[in-house]
Amino acid sequence: MLLKKLTEAFGVSGDESNVRHILRADLENHVEEITTDTIGNLYVKKGIGKKPRVMLAAHMDEVGLMVVGYEKSGLLKITKVGGIDDRVLVSKPVVVGNDHVPGVIGAKAIHLQKPTERKKPIEINNLYIDIGVHSQEEAEKLVKIGDYVAFNSKTREIGDNCLLGKAFDDRAGCAVVCELMKEDFNLELTGVFTVQEEVGLRGAGVAAFNVHPEVALVFETTSASDVAGTKEAGHVTQLGKGPAITFMDSSFITPQYMIDLAVTTAEKLGIPYQFRRLTTAGTDAGKISQTHEGIPSIVISVPCRYIHSPASLINLEDYYNTIRLAKGILKAIAEGGLQSEGIA
Amino acid sequence: MDNVKEFLREICEAPGVSGYEQPVAQLIKEYMSSYADETRQDRLGNLIFLKKGSGEDRPRILLAAHMDEIGFMITKIEKNGFLRFSAVGGIDPRTIIGQEIILYGKEILPGVIGAKPPHIINEEERGKAYEMEDLFIDLALPEERVRKLVSVGDIAIIRREVLDLAGSSLSGKAMDDRAGVAVLLVCLKELQKLHHRADVYAVATVQEEVGVRGATTATYGIVPDLGIAVDVTHGEMPGVPEHETCRLSKGPAITIGPNIHPRMGEELINIAKEYGIPYQIETAAGPTGTDARAIQVTRGGIPAGLVSIPLRYMHTSVELLDMEDVKLSGRLLAYFISTVDRAFVEGLVCC
Repeated sequence: MLLKKLTEAFGVSGDESNVRHILRADLENHVEEITTDTIGNLYVKKGIGKKPRVMLAAHMDEVGLMVVGYEKSGLLKITKVGGIDDRVLVSKPVVVGNDHVPGVIGAKAIHLQKPTERKKPIEINNLYIDIGVHSQEEAEKLVKIGDYVAFNSKTREIGDNCLLGKAFDDRAGCAVVCELMKEDFNLELTGVFTVQEEVGLRGAGVAAFNVHPEVALVFETTSASDVAGTKEAGHVTQLGKGPAITFMDSSFITPQYMIDLAVTTAEKLGIPYQFRRLTTAGTDAGKISQTHEGIPSIVISVPCRYIHSPASLINLEDYYNTIRLAKGILKAIAEGGLQSEGIA
Repeated sequence: MDNVKEFLREICEAPGVSGYEQPVAQLIKEYMSSYADETRQDRLGNLIFLKKGSGEDRPRILLAAHMDEIGFMITKIEKNGFLRFSAVGGIDPRTIIGQEIILYGKEILPGVIGAKPPHIINEEERGKAYEMEDLFIDLALPEERVRKLVSVGDIAIIRREVLDLAGSSLSGKAMDDRAGVAVLLVCLKELQKLHHRADVYAVATVQEEVGVRGATTATYGIVPDLGIAVDVTHGEMPGVPEHETCRLSKGPAITIGPNIHPRMGEELINIAKEYGIPYQIETAAGPTGTDARAIQVTRGGIPAGLVSIPLRYMHTSVELLDMEDVKLSGRLLAYFISTVDRAFVEGLVCC
């Protein structure tokens, strides 16, 4: 399964090559052109010369850590790459560097803690990676300063048609774009797998400039907070209720005609959908929509519980419905659905 | 199975929360009984392997390593099927958020431990450590199926494969004290090659994590002349004073202090020196948190010893140790056993 392969690959922001290789291999025989740029974005293209020019985007990178130093004992000091709650790091297996050296993030035994210590979260500057060596010299042989660190999680099916694993944000989006690139639509379609979204939407602007599309569809994963102890008003999205459409986040306001197109398509095809009920956080659409003289964009997301953790959860129905909805939207665009906006 | 590391890997990955040790007990029995003359399980669940000594008037030696592990017990099924739980044994709630779990209900169910997401909580909550009541298990199943498959009282563990780290380091859950059980296996294997007078009762004990209960009944039932607990001890790490820890890969820790019979500590050290086995001394100023605590005061008092494997991150799911320490500990015990005779046992009565 492509989604399993993609999520189990290690690709922290700035180090996306493993993911890029998987995507390239998966799409090689399905598209007319594959290119990359200097920052690391991967472009796949088909229907070259047709109108309108549509860009699909999903980011390859995932949140992770970076090695910043050694302890004399051989433990590794770390810093965060992207937004991770320090509290999810404790007691997790990780892999370090290009050779995927296995390690763990330990914590002081409960027996050795003072009661006051237990009330405070363990912060990143008190966390270390232990690769099992007994000295700095041994550590230096296996790990370099600057090595990227990713969670070491397997992706597995769980419960009622769900998947549990790391990095659905945004490999789920990557997989959606892959599936779309295997279909034929009567338009020029460029799939872009962007880099460095998690450290400030660094790849998407470059990509949008290079592609210069008339419209962009961004595929993301977004928080589902439909869990015990939260009121429904704070759910953001709910698992199993269909793809989530963003109307606004802190980086981007969706044009009303893009929302209308998505909603009309979903209703026509009988695909469940929901709105993302949170206006903070940003996505690649924030950059894409402000590139050139402005590129109309929309963000469609697969809801995900425990996002940015080593064990996040998505519903496969939501994933497949995201693909269905996207196909419907592309078909509608190809048939003149955005003609009134001059996009045809 | 000849490979001790593979044995340790298998038993570490198996479930066996305190009071629910049968799955791991079954595995241990399959592997270890071929190294014993007799195998039996007592009423509380302790798994007892007897390796007989040779000759008349054989001293009786108890070796105890606990096979139970810390875990979770389901306490409530919430609306929408989320499960509340409590800890069996000592668990730091800060170490379990975002962990995959396996729940043993009517079926074996995978799940994950979640908490209220960060963007929902306010600044004040964000700076706070998670407590058990903030956390829940998510099986990704609708409530009615959860209610069919799960009962209050069901047991869950963290899902963790044993990781091979650099050198001979291993990391995983339940190294405390399945590593001790692996030491028993090393010892029994060594004893195949050694002459020993004593009858050796190697016991994989139950319910250590909830109050050294298995060792209590095992010692009572076996009536040994002396007993040695095999457990893990804290390895060195940042934020913990050096004198409170032992160093990984530097050999077994031999404990001395009130819980340990002075002659036993002394003799274990002598044997280590004599056979060139690296060792470390651990001091315990009162009763230890190990099976030795129970052994010492069972029946009319049993002289107790304690040999420990240095281990970092105790009671987390990434407990880390060096396999060499496991092997050295087993060897130390075997050599010790080979020297025990009636005279040694009689010398344990204080004058």
